[in-house]
Amino acid sequence: MHKLLDLLSDPWPWYVAGPLIGLMIPTLLFVINKDFGISSSYRHMCAAVGLKQIRFFDYDWKEHSWSLFFVLGVFLSGFLVALIFPNPDTIHLSENFIIWLQEQGVSDVSGFLPSEIFQWEHLSSSRSLIILIGGGFLIGFGSRYAGGCTSGHAIMGLSQFSIGSLIAVIGFFIGGLIVSWFVLPIILKL
Amino acid sequence: MKSIKAIFIGILFGIILIKSEAVSWFRIQEMFHFESFHMYGIIGSAIITGAISLLVIKKTKMRSLTGDKINPQPQPLKKFSNFIGGILFGFGWALLGACPGPLYGLLGLGYSIILVPICSAILGVVCYALVRDKLPH
Repeated sequence: MHKLLDLLSDPWPWYVAGPLIGLMIPTLLFVINKDFGISSSYRHMCAAVGLKQIRFFDYDWKEHSWSLFFVLGVFLSGFLVALIFPNPDTIHLSENFIIWLQEQGVSDVSGFLPSEIFQWEHLSSSRSLIILIGGGFLIGFGSRYAGGCTSGHAIMGLSQFSIGSLIAVIGFFIGGLIVSWFVLPIILKL
Repeated sequence: MKSIKAIFIGILFGIILIKSEAVSWFRIQEMFHFESFHMYGIIGSAIITGAISLLVIKKTKMRSLTGDKINPQPQPLKKFSNFIGGILFGFGWALLGACPGPLYGLLGLGYSIILVPICSAILGVVCYALVRDKLPH
């Protein structure tokens, strides 16, 4: 049993995790007959709290309530992992990348998030504000404008050979590369 | 019953996202800097597995657990909004180092600060809803 927990605790390699994520598509279709996607959950939350005067939220959200339960499950998975088989403290990042991070002023590479940015006590700093509020706003606005996010377009859409999803995913990477290479270094030094 | 099933599948999905480190800010930035194959391997093999699964479902005319026809909806093609919305999403993805699924998982892991980007994302959706009719699609 301990051996098994050790095996589960170690970070899972991509060739295990990737296919398992892909299998979420047939699992969702077979068990509850729903299309894989995460970001629409934000829209359903708005509809559920009754923003009906806005036409975009005026529909029967209960038909999509599975989406809210699905993301509740993702939330609960965090509890479970932290309690039963937490990840090792530090991720094995490439040496080059750690050096680059240090040059940008990110010295703590433990955990999942850089502690110098993702902490309540740093929220008043301009770089945390831009990253947390700006980044959040853009993924919300962008995913609805694009019609999906990494799960709905990149995983589900590309699995269906959808041209619209391919265009969206190209957009994801153009936007991501621009920010990660040229904008983030400026913001991290604020 | 459907809600319990959805929660259960969500838990499975979340465990995979966390154990594969796909929820990590560092992993996402490392991906955009082409310093590791890890995230490309995850996304690529997920798409291949998903595509094969969908082809099998189609070929075998598989039915769902409740006996209904399985008929996944194709994503509508809206070139302009797919592309521009995609770029905006990409900006946010790289800024935050996380996309919507991992945000929920990180919150569950105890990173309570993630409430800030989640609320902000919801605000982004509300703003989109307000300006939607004025935007080209």
